[in-house]
Amino acid sequence: MDLSFIFMQFLSGLTMATLLFLVASGLTLIFGVGNVFNFAHGSFFMVGAYLAYQAVSAWHTHFWPAILVAALGAGILGMLAESLFLRRIYGRAEEGGFQILLTYSFILVIDDLVKLIWGTEYKSLQRPAGLTGSIEVGSLTIPAYNLAIIGIGLVVVVLAWLILSRTRSGRIARAAAVDREMLGSMGVNVPLTMTLVFGIATAMGGFAGGLAAPLRSVTPGAGIEVIIDSLIVVVIGGMGNFWGAWLGALILGEVNAFGVATVPEWASLFNYLVMVLTLIFKPEGLFAPRRIRKV
Amino acid sequence: MENKKNYKAASFWALFIVIFAAVPLVKTSDYQLMLANHILLWGMFAVAFNMLFGLTGMLSFGQALYYGLGAYAVGMTVRYMGEAWFLPAIGAGLVAAIILSILVGLLTIRLSGVFFTVLTLAFGQLVWQIVFTCYHITGGDDGIQGIIPPGVLSNRVVYYYFALALVLVSLWCLRRLVDSPMGLLLRCIRQNPERVRFVGGQVRRNQLRIYMISSFFAALAGALMAGVDNSIHPDMLYWTTSGEVILMAVLGGIGRFFGPFIGAAVIIVIGEVVGARTEFWPLIIGLVMMVMVLLLPRGLAGEFQLLRARLASATNGNRG
Repeated sequence: MDLSFIFMQFLSGLTMATLLFLVASGLTLIFGVGNVFNFAHGSFFMVGAYLAYQAVSAWHTHFWPAILVAALGAGILGMLAESLFLRRIYGRAEEGGFQILLTYSFILVIDDLVKLIWGTEYKSLQRPAGLTGSIEVGSLTIPAYNLAIIGIGLVVVVLAWLILSRTRSGRIARAAAVDREMLGSMGVNVPLTMTLVFGIATAMGGFAGGLAAPLRSVTPGAGIEVIIDSLIVVVIGGMGNFWGAWLGALILGEVNAFGVATVPEWASLFNYLVMVLTLIFKPEGLFAPRRIRKV
Repeated sequence: MENKKNYKAASFWALFIVIFAAVPLVKTSDYQLMLANHILLWGMFAVAFNMLFGLTGMLSFGQALYYGLGAYAVGMTVRYMGEAWFLPAIGAGLVAAIILSILVGLLTIRLSGVFFTVLTLAFGQLVWQIVFTCYHITGGDDGIQGIIPPGVLSNRVVYYYFALALVLVSLWCLRRLVDSPMGLLLRCIRQNPERVRFVGGQVRRNQLRIYMISSFFAALAGALMAGVDNSIHPDMLYWTTSGEVILMAVLGGIGRFFGPFIGAAVIIVIGEVVGARTEFWPLIIGLVMMVMVLLLPRGLAGEFQLLRARLASATNGNRG
């Protein structure tokens, strides 16, 4: 195991971490702001991947407009799902359980619709022109597309953080997380805010799905894998913790990359191993502030 | 009032027993017997699941783990040690389910709400992944075929009555549990865990107990199912199995003891009519789930009872 091999694995782990973070941060955003747990979040990732494939293969667009189609499509689908279905069960007794059941039904319906539209075969998407090659730095060869994903991810992280912490929209979103009723009485259209937040979060999922499409083949049923992985990220990082989610994604991405390189057949178990260890030693998440334990 | 209620409950149980005991006498094919057996075992699985969700308010998305564990305990024992070990294997599956549910429960019950749900899902998928990866031991994607119960149990009718007896005993135990002081405490935990702590109740300990009990009966259902189908497959451990048992409970009604059983019967009959293995099965159960959650959250049993109560009060109102 020489140094360049380790570096390559590190980079592929970082790529996976970036994509995971994009998905997981959407998940925490909806949960933090709207107190809605979107079990179908991974399905929006999958829809994004399919839309990007559709745009490139059937409408012959370039890669980057296709990614935009993926994000927009997933975002609109998310807003429809929120305003037509999820909104109806807000405030119901034992809302949490019913939210999971409702979004679980989204997974099943979206999965089958995707199968109806695109069939069950694996689809693949070419890397965008200009990023197909790799960059040589000394003895290292770095795939350009991975580097682009990491860069885009960083930009999105910083932008999202700036919007949430520095703008009026971000303040409204954070206020919605604390007290929706109060926010409504201040003249903010709370239902619209919730729909928009849901749309932004699912658009981030679709965006990540489009970006990931050239790296992993596009298949129906990818939604559930993605949601479990992003949940593990959130458990590691602590729910609602923005930077925690980033570090959680980084840990999971690297563990996975080195797992695949060393013991490929057991690699998928490593994710769970990280989750179990976190649960044993710090169930509130590695980066959550220590709270007083409930008896 | 109390007597009337007891009388009604007793007649319900009697009807239940008569219907299921009569199936082998009136059936016209082995297929119908298998269908009745599936309803019994899925019904027990769904009622046991509802001990967590409907009674205690813990939505587990990983009960397929124990269902599959029971099935694989029987399947693998019969495969490697012969069919004579069928009955001990059921016991082994149950013991394994208790041990595993303590370990998983200790880890997952530390978190509540959606985290509990997703962690149970993750643990279920973890075991599924292990079974899938160790294909040279577990049969992987193909599962294990040719699991024949030994001796008289190899007769389908005898096996049916054997399963029926075990299901009846299990349902009776669970019914007693719901009516016990522990059942009351669990209902309180569903409504307000904080208050239960204030009055000195043990929230986590009782949650762990009911998790163990629910998992125990899920494993029993899985173990008995191995003898009905004569085969097992990794799908029994997959998350869609957990999803299906949740749908059964929600469809039948999570607020009633027998609600999930009714849901199981309905789903299995629908599955047979449209063909459970068709491409559109997930779409169908997804749409059923959506309708139940949005429009009929009390489930078939709960909405029926509500309707009856409304009709009764309407007629009383007319008289008055």
